Amino acid sequence: MLANLANLLRYRGLISSLVARELKARYRGSVLGFVWSFVNPLLLLLIYSFVFTTILKNNTAGIQPYALFMFCGILPWTWLSTSLAEAAGSLIAGGNLIKKVLFPAEVLPIVSVLTNMVHFFLGMPILILFLVIYRRPPDPWDLIWFPVAVVVQLVFTTALALFVSALAVHFRDVRDILANVLTLWFFATPIIYPMSLEAVQQYKKLFDMNPFTHLAVSYQEILFYQGPIGHWKWLLAIGGVSIVLFLAAYWVFDRLRDSFAEAV
Amino acid sequence: MTNAIELDHVTKIYRRYGGKQFATLKSALLQRSILRDLQPSEVFSALNDVSFAVRSGATYGVIGRNGSGKSTALKLVAGITKPTSGRVRVDGRVSALIELGAGFHPEISGRENVFINGIMLGLSKREIQNRFDEIVDFAELREFIDAPVKTYSSGMYMRLGFAVAINVDPDVLLVDEVLAVGDEGFTHKCLDKFAEFRRKGRTILLVTHSLGLVEKFCDEALWIDAGHARESGDPKRVVDAYLTAVEHTEESQLATTTAKAVEAHGEGKDPATAAQPVPPVPTPEGRWGSREIEIVDVAFLDRAGAPGFVFHSGDPVSIRMRVRARQRVDDFVFGVGLFNADGICCYGTNTGLEQMQAEQFAGDGEVTFAIDSLDLVEGTYKVDVAAHKHDGYPYDYHRLLYTFRVKSRTHDVGIYRPHHRWAFSAGIRFKP
Repeated sequence: MLANLANLLRYRGLISSLVARELKARYRGSVLGFVWSFVNPLLLLLIYSFVFTTILKNNTAGIQPYALFMFCGILPWTWLSTSLAEAAGSLIAGGNLIKKVLFPAEVLPIVSVLTNMVHFFLGMPILILFLVIYRRPPDPWDLIWFPVAVVVQLVFTTALALFVSALAVHFRDVRDILANVLTLWFFATPIIYPMSLEAVQQYKKLFDMNPFTHLAVSYQEILFYQGPIGHWKWLLAIGGVSIVLFLAAYWVFDRLRDSFAEAV
Repeated sequence: MTNAIELDHVTKIYRRYGGKQFATLKSALLQRSILRDLQPSEVFSALNDVSFAVRSGATYGVIGRNGSGKSTALKLVAGITKPTSGRVRVDGRVSALIELGAGFHPEISGRENVFINGIMLGLSKREIQNRFDEIVDFAELREFIDAPVKTYSSGMYMRLGFAVAINVDPDVLLVDEVLAVGDEGFTHKCLDKFAEFRRKGRTILLVTHSLGLVEKFCDEALWIDAGHARESGDPKRVVDAYLTAVEHTEESQLATTTAKAVEAHGEGKDPATAAQPVPPVPTPEGRWGSREIEIVDVAFLDRAGAPGFVFHSGDPVSIRMRVRARQRVDDFVFGVGLFNADGICCYGTNTGLEQMQAEQFAGDGEVTFAIDSLDLVEGTYKVDVAAHKHDGYPYDYHRLLYTFRVKSRTHDVGIYRPHHRWAFSAGIRFKP
């Protein structure tokens, strides 16, 4: 397992070119091309702004402008959820490679995660732009924590992606289960409501058990809330958990590896 | 001399998981059968205790029927699957021409796919850059290299895949029946490339159905049958052993079909009912006639007089009919016709046409139509045999009930092969 893990570093050229290929292929044939990566989050943000300032006014104190608050959580959530949904199908879709070519299978779910990370990064400038427009620029000192949060989420997402993709080879309905679990998970995480909500505080212990709670809150503190980061201990703890999770997921993946070529 | 590839008592068992299509995670969890479902319910051994070694620099052919385990052996050598037991050892960089263009992305251009495919096969970006022109020229795709791969024809797709894979410049090249890739010209280019590999002292493992290629190209060959290594060594010997076995199977198949055809057409029928108002001449196959003379049995005999169904072009063959006349008959003609698979009559004759005047026949007898040299091209042939009156009134007519097969090492074409030889004047020389 450790040898395979070390091999992963050797595949970085392969991984980066596959990520580049996914990104290129994603917009190939469209007129706007790469611009869509900016336009998509922009339109989403405009829709949220309109809905929550005009139609369904959300006046909860402390999270104004609400659309921006929500967006701080939605961007990383989209990275996680889309990565997992894509990773679940990645081994099956790449079956030809696994069956016919000597190909390191773990590259496929990792490519799904990294491709969506790039989309996440492309959405960030839009968010920052609006934060500046609304005169709530994030504190530069807070932003030091941003890379930490990204790395933690990267490890966390990769761990889950490896696990889900390996399982989906043997149980095709993992993909459907996953879609529903993700919906539940989304609403169980303080993304469209703040952690400070009274109802949330009531069940704080439960919320604390949800790893993505701490990621979402960290992003919100880094980008949205003014003032110092209070959540960094949780963030680092989740980082530690993620590393353990990653090793466990990789172990499972490695154990199932030989069955892929036959079961895909 | 070292070995580039070694398989040591390798067994590969494929497992079929119980009711796999219906096994879902939910049901597995609900019925607590998750452990049981992951246990194989049915096993299929694709390879059974197979050992062979390929010398470094040798070209090694693997032949065998479909589903015999050839491709599994190749995948084991490539490292795509792992042996269930035994050991596989490969020395040096391996490139497998198993599925050409696996991993091409249809939306992006041929150029980008060459790079990504090359990286997948273990080349660095710089190496691909250096070989890019060679790859594109080899694939004959210069004009189309910037078009998305989805616009390629399947031939173009395969050519590009082949060009990339062959330019990986491996120490060990694994080839699985990919020479059917392109047109004649491209196939020649591929063969030239293989020859170049051989000259460079690289090792080639070739899985193919083209026996000629194995005889011509390979230093050694292996015949795998139903997962067992049956014969290995000199390609000519292995190919011969394989062909003989194929003939045996064909023999038994032809024997069965013939027996069925004869049985279906009235062996046990009462002669009276069989004597229908007779002659539906262009019937596809069947048996009719009044049975005053009955053809009881028909056999093809080889040189030694042993019955068989598969013969080689040029062999002597006899068609022997056992006949029986219940009463004395003094008007009779015996005839034979040979038809090829297209239904074309290759040859037909009878004793009447050959000016033999019938005198009398009663009781049991044998009629043998002896062919000194079976000058037919390779193929399956059907045979008519008949006994009838001089005016055509049928006693017993067996139409296309008997089948035999002609094998030939030369794949010449046509309906029959005239006995021939070539002669050349002094200036025209052939390689020995």
